[in-house]
Amino acid sequence: MSSGTKQLAGIALFALVIGCVPLFTKSGVTLNFVMMALYATLIAQAWNILGGFGGQFSFGHALFFGTGAYVQAIAQLQGGVNAWAALPMAVAGSALVGMFVGALTFRYGLKGSYFALVTLAFAEVFRILATSVPFTGGGVGLMVPLRESAANMQFASRAGYLWVVLAMVVVALLVTWWLRNGRFGAYLQAVRDNEDAARAVGVNPFRVKLAAIGLSAAFMGAAGAFYVQVFQYIDAGIAYGSVTSVEALVAAIVGGMGTLWGPVLGAAVLHLLADVTRNLFGELPGINMVIYGTVLVLIVIFMPRGVAGLGVSVRQSWNAKGRRHD
Amino acid sequence: MTEPLLQLTGISRAFGGLKAVQNVSLAVQAGSLSALIGPNGAGKTTLFALMSGFLKPDAGTVRFAGQDITGREPHRNAALGMTRTFQIVKPFAAQTVRENIAVGAHLHVRSRVAALAEAEAVAQRVGLAPQLDKPASDLTVAGRKRLELARALATRPRLLLLDEVLAGLNPQEIAEMMPVVRGIADSGVTVLMIEHVMQAVMHLAEHVWVLAQGQLIAEGSPATVTSDERVVEAYLGHGTAARLRKAAAADGVPQ
Repeated sequence: MSSGTKQLAGIALFALVIGCVPLFTKSGVTLNFVMMALYATLIAQAWNILGGFGGQFSFGHALFFGTGAYVQAIAQLQGGVNAWAALPMAVAGSALVGMFVGALTFRYGLKGSYFALVTLAFAEVFRILATSVPFTGGGVGLMVPLRESAANMQFASRAGYLWVVLAMVVVALLVTWWLRNGRFGAYLQAVRDNEDAARAVGVNPFRVKLAAIGLSAAFMGAAGAFYVQVFQYIDAGIAYGSVTSVEALVAAIVGGMGTLWGPVLGAAVLHLLADVTRNLFGELPGINMVIYGTVLVLIVIFMPRGVAGLGVSVRQSWNAKGRRHD
Repeated sequence: MTEPLLQLTGISRAFGGLKAVQNVSLAVQAGSLSALIGPNGAGKTTLFALMSGFLKPDAGTVRFAGQDITGREPHRNAALGMTRTFQIVKPFAAQTVRENIAVGAHLHVRSRVAALAEAEAVAQRVGLAPQLDKPASDLTVAGRKRLELARALATRPRLLLLDEVLAGLNPQEIAEMMPVVRGIADSGVTVLMIEHVMQAVMHLAEHVWVLAQGQLIAEGSPATVTSDERVVEAYLGHGTAARLRKAAAADGVPQ
């Protein structure tokens, strides 16, 4: 079996195992934990498409999350659109905002910390706008009325939400698989590693980065829509605040950038840590951010390739040792 | 004579007050193997950048394969069949040698599997086959130069612009690399190389242009060019030619 086929089998197995969790437990705490870990996986995988594969480090991915969330809420509240029909609108709306920001920044060749700062600034601008314009509910926020029914993407049990977000994560994993095994992904990584060299062999970096930010934003939009369905509420702080931006990038970096399973591992590790600290310290405000920051610093210093890179390093040193004994 | 594959007419480019390239015109014939030489800072790499679209000229035109490509983006020129390499090698360090070359192959091949297979064939041509699965960052200088060449070759170019692929190599490595370049030219690819290693220029090039302080000062066969007084002066300093000649017979200082 080629490595590409193996990875596909891995994704199928992952979907099957996680999808079966609700069949074995009715514990709300467990289901909620798995659901939130999957949600964190989704935003980490979304960030990974642009940051991990494209090397464009966004500090403002909440911009796309918030846009998806608002589109999902407003389409239902003001447009009377069904929640399932609103989801593709949220995804498309986020992708459009992503490509708008991408067109502006990549046209002028912004990279590195400059790109990070511009994305951060855009998220802040949208946060301030969202508190001032009427259709976002201003500072009060928007409340989606509770109408529990699968037809409204509102579920009585956490299991329904778990399956919805699992489906989104599986699509994100498949897109990531395609990035690792297709031409577009090869171009994206080439642009990340050396833009001039990529241009010399026929890659149009602007188009490649634009597509990447659109794709990345689309998944953030799906996550935003999912958030609105679960919590039935959104305001400017939740939508465009830095918490989501930080969570997305920390989980991706901790797990391993530019890998298939890194964001999954990173999200799982961080959520376990967050749960453990909540049990130890109670609901101390901001404690999760302290934990995230500490873990991030330790990972960057000691495991620059993330948790997923650890397996590779161990295998390599094992092989190297084997060779030395020959 | 048929239209040359690449034709520069009156190309100039300045950076602030520095006139890096001044009014350069040259024509590269299809199927030729030629060289661009000149002392350090002569503007050779700038001229390459102007040909391939990495820089836009202030004046002049670039024609390639019958089209005016002046100032056109490098990726579009690569698609037309002109690919350059870099003097300061630019590997995709996080990727393996095979993946590096496959990026070039993808210009004509959509399928990942086919591109990776083509990468292997190209690696064979430049002698990189044993290193295919190594990360590019693990290669030696000589290996990276070969990789630079392989990645460009994988785009199936009609014109290959080689920027000092022999620089930094030891004599043994140069001796290994020269037949590789020769082989590429013999396979029908037009090659224009910037080179400081005169042994290679003398052996490989059919035609040589000499650039000094941004201007073309001589052109012709390697033998003609190296005996040209202006060329000797450009390399060894003003008045050298005269002093050299005085040893034999007295004559006026040129110019």
